[in-house]
Amino acid sequence: MTSTALLVLAVFAACAVEAVEALTIVLAAGVTRGWRSTFEGAAAALLCLVALVAAFGPALLHYVPIFVLRLVVGGLLLALGLQWLRKAILRASGLKAKHDEDAIYRREVARLAGVPRQGSGRDATGFVISFKGVFLEGMEVVLIVLSLGLSSGRLGAAVAAAAAAIVVVAGVGAVVARRLAEVPENAMKMGVGLMLVSFGTFWSGEGAGIRWPGSDGAILALIAAYALVAFLAVRLLQRGRAAQLDRGPEPA
Amino acid sequence: MTPTTALQAFGRFWWDFLVGDTPELAAGTLAVVAIAWGVAHGGGALLLCVPAAVVLLLGASLWRGRHG
Repeated sequence: MTSTALLVLAVFAACAVEAVEALTIVLAAGVTRGWRSTFEGAAAALLCLVALVAAFGPALLHYVPIFVLRLVVGGLLLALGLQWLRKAILRASGLKAKHDEDAIYRREVARLAGVPRQGSGRDATGFVISFKGVFLEGMEVVLIVLSLGLSSGRLGAAVAAAAAAIVVVAGVGAVVARRLAEVPENAMKMGVGLMLVSFGTFWSGEGAGIRWPGSDGAILALIAAYALVAFLAVRLLQRGRAAQLDRGPEPA
Repeated sequence: MTPTTALQAFGRFWWDFLVGDTPELAAGTLAVVAIAWGVAHGGGALLLCVPAAVVLLLGASLWRGRHG
């Protein structure tokens, strides 16, 4: 039960973060290139992503032994989760610029507005930009859905959580449209990173043959331990950065 | 697009996706999985080595991000 709730939460949050990034591109394409081609591009990308999950999900579950699946997806979750967590820690400590959806939106609008239209029918640029934005951001979600869903045997719950996140972000996006910068993206990324690293540690261990004390409950302990490490890392890096600013620029 | 360029683009996409600008995390993840395998087949007594290795890997990558 605990691991199902955590799985749903991890997939929902990961999908929401990626959906916000995709929505920025879709909005920019829609405003500058027209909504019809943009929606068609986004819908085509979503269909491709759903087809990938439908094609690979059951096939992997059917043909690959579960311990191999857990070992591989555990490693995959660890690699992805560590990338998310590293980036979130560096951003939280001020060492890396935060992801500014408003700035990205303005940049995309300026770029797309400069591309000339060809004819009066469908706009190929709007379609392609929207398709690429949704497909590339969605690929990470497909990997997370497949990894978490397959290793825990709850692919349906993972797919439902991802679909719910897309509906929520699209709904909220339609209302707040250009205020995407107010989404606490880095905090969400930190949370998702912590969960992916914890699931990755747990499943790669299970796949290797480790029996964790407390079974699924070990995931909660891992999340708590990694959260403490992330908190300490942010504080340490912030102090280091403040000390460096006090000293001034290093001589060339 | 020829099959060769399509294959190259496919490979580049996955390389950027899984390795990107943090090759230490990709290589370190393989090491963590190997450690997990070793712990499991060595009796499982050193269970904490697995999360400890993850923490060390994250720390090393952050250090690289800070000084790189």
